[in-house]
Amino acid sequence: MATQQSLTTKRLVTGSSRRNGVQRLGFAFLTLIAVLTVLPILFVVAYIFLQGFQTLSFEFLFAFPSNGMRSGGIWPAILGTVYLTFFTTLFAVPVGIAAAIYLAEYAPDNNATRVIRIAIINLAGIPSIVYGLFGLGIFVLFFSLGTSILSASLTLAIMTLPVVISTTEEALRSVPQEFRVVSISLGATKWQTVQRIVLPQSLPGILTGVILGLERAAGETAPILFTGAAFYLPTLPGSPLDATMALPYHLYVISTQVPGMPVGIQYGTALVLLILVLGLNLLATIIRSRARARRQW
Amino acid sequence: MKVSWREWLEVLITSIIKVSGYSAILFVLVIFLFLMIEGLPTLGEVSLENLFGRRWYPIEDYFGLLPLLGGSLLVTLGAILVAVPFGLGTAIYIAEVAPRWAREVLKPFVEIMAGVPSVVLGFIGILVFVPRLRVLLDLPTGLTGFTGALLLGFLSIPTIVSVAEDALDAVPRSYRDAALALGATQWQTIWRVTLPAARSGVITAVMLGLGRAIGETMAVMMVTGNAPVVPGSPLALFAPLRTMTATIAAEMGEVATGSTHYHVLFFVGIVLFLISLVVNITASAVVFRQRKRAERILS
Repeated sequence: MATQQSLTTKRLVTGSSRRNGVQRLGFAFLTLIAVLTVLPILFVVAYIFLQGFQTLSFEFLFAFPSNGMRSGGIWPAILGTVYLTFFTTLFAVPVGIAAAIYLAEYAPDNNATRVIRIAIINLAGIPSIVYGLFGLGIFVLFFSLGTSILSASLTLAIMTLPVVISTTEEALRSVPQEFRVVSISLGATKWQTVQRIVLPQSLPGILTGVILGLERAAGETAPILFTGAAFYLPTLPGSPLDATMALPYHLYVISTQVPGMPVGIQYGTALVLLILVLGLNLLATIIRSRARARRQW
Repeated sequence: MKVSWREWLEVLITSIIKVSGYSAILFVLVIFLFLMIEGLPTLGEVSLENLFGRRWYPIEDYFGLLPLLGGSLLVTLGAILVAVPFGLGTAIYIAEVAPRWAREVLKPFVEIMAGVPSVVLGFIGILVFVPRLRVLLDLPTGLTGFTGALLLGFLSIPTIVSVAEDALDAVPRSYRDAALALGATQWQTIWRVTLPAARSGVITAVMLGLGRAIGETMAVMMVTGNAPVVPGSPLALFAPLRTMTATIAAEMGEVATGSTHYHVLFFVGIVLFLISLVVNITASAVVFRQRKRAERILS
């Protein structure tokens, strides 16, 4: 784009200055819009960081809430979010990767495949609160799992599935066709080719997709509202069938439901959640760019 | 013997993969099924007159959906008015105008924007935004539909930027070269060649942004004031209102399983599900002319 731009600039020297002026004004306007778009997020992240980092301490991270959550730490919420994210990964990743392998390597180009793709797009578009209702109906009540880590994770897993599928499929498709042709011509079966050639080659891309899925699961509140999140628990969950506190829900609770909440604890909680989510985001970005730099094809 | 064992394994794995591939269809159907099972009893328990009424007051058995529908539509409309100019403007800037370094800076920012949990935005909305807005616009409360619309617009921007940018990228270089060779400026090329060529992708971007906005729950519940009032005019944007998503989130925790109120909340879920289905099928119908883009929508 940069070279094209300089070319255009040269052309413009001979063009009329009025058109030139319109363009300059237009580009300045677009630049302004782009800056105005990213400034708020910069502000939000910086503000939460500045307001929250004084609260961060060993005690805040690893202690239980006390005094009606108005003091103490947020350890049960942190641990709960780790549990939820772990079980979500456990359910979503195998199915998601297998589905992506089907779409990238096996699926014929026909109407059935098209329906699968439309279903995935729809799955990605269903409002998160509707996932919450669905999880309540099927896991909590129908399968009698109760409001539990298991119910919440299963709900989050189905919600995360489209992210995992689409990023994994893209990673698989980026492996050059020649690799597959060579493998098959050497007598390998289809699955052997996938397992020993395509999957290893696309591993960084798949990892990126999985982490982006986790990021989404870790930050969501609405799907766990009625499926597994608890307002306050005096003990840590003992099994996947127990309810749990979770960071996003905890932030919602202490910023709307508890009167007289110290602002420091609120910002501290928001900061921990933000660090967790943006940390995962950063990890995905690093894996992606390192894989791109190292790629030999 | 050994060979046939291998063959069996291959067949087994292939079928597992195939079943997983089809699971997405299964999940959409099961989600719909369970919403129907829990939501459809509404039609037997609440009269249509009540359901299409203007009062949502479940304690006295008023289940009028109009205030919730109106609230959702008004907030979403406001959000789109914010998100479309900023989202498309940023997409055009990144794809067509920005120098390389600016693109390298902007793209991660847009990703971060997409990653920030909506509950965090709602929290900042309550603490920072709402009190200032109240003073600025001299309102009785800053918890208004307008506040929600701004946050929702912000939340929909990343979707619009990434999908629209992909659409602009997919326009062949030769189109632009031809326009420039004919003496058009870069600005004219963007507006008269590149954007029209990427039209279907841009429409998809707006549709998906709209879907994102209408389904958003936490941020909107935290800042809109949660008053179920039928919006009489666009000015209602500056008063508290209540969306469908926020109603489910706020009330489901307190209702008895199997009660009428419980069924009605699932019915609201069905409405939301169908809206998202229409929005996404429309978006994917436009997008399927270019499959690569469809894959990227989700990533």
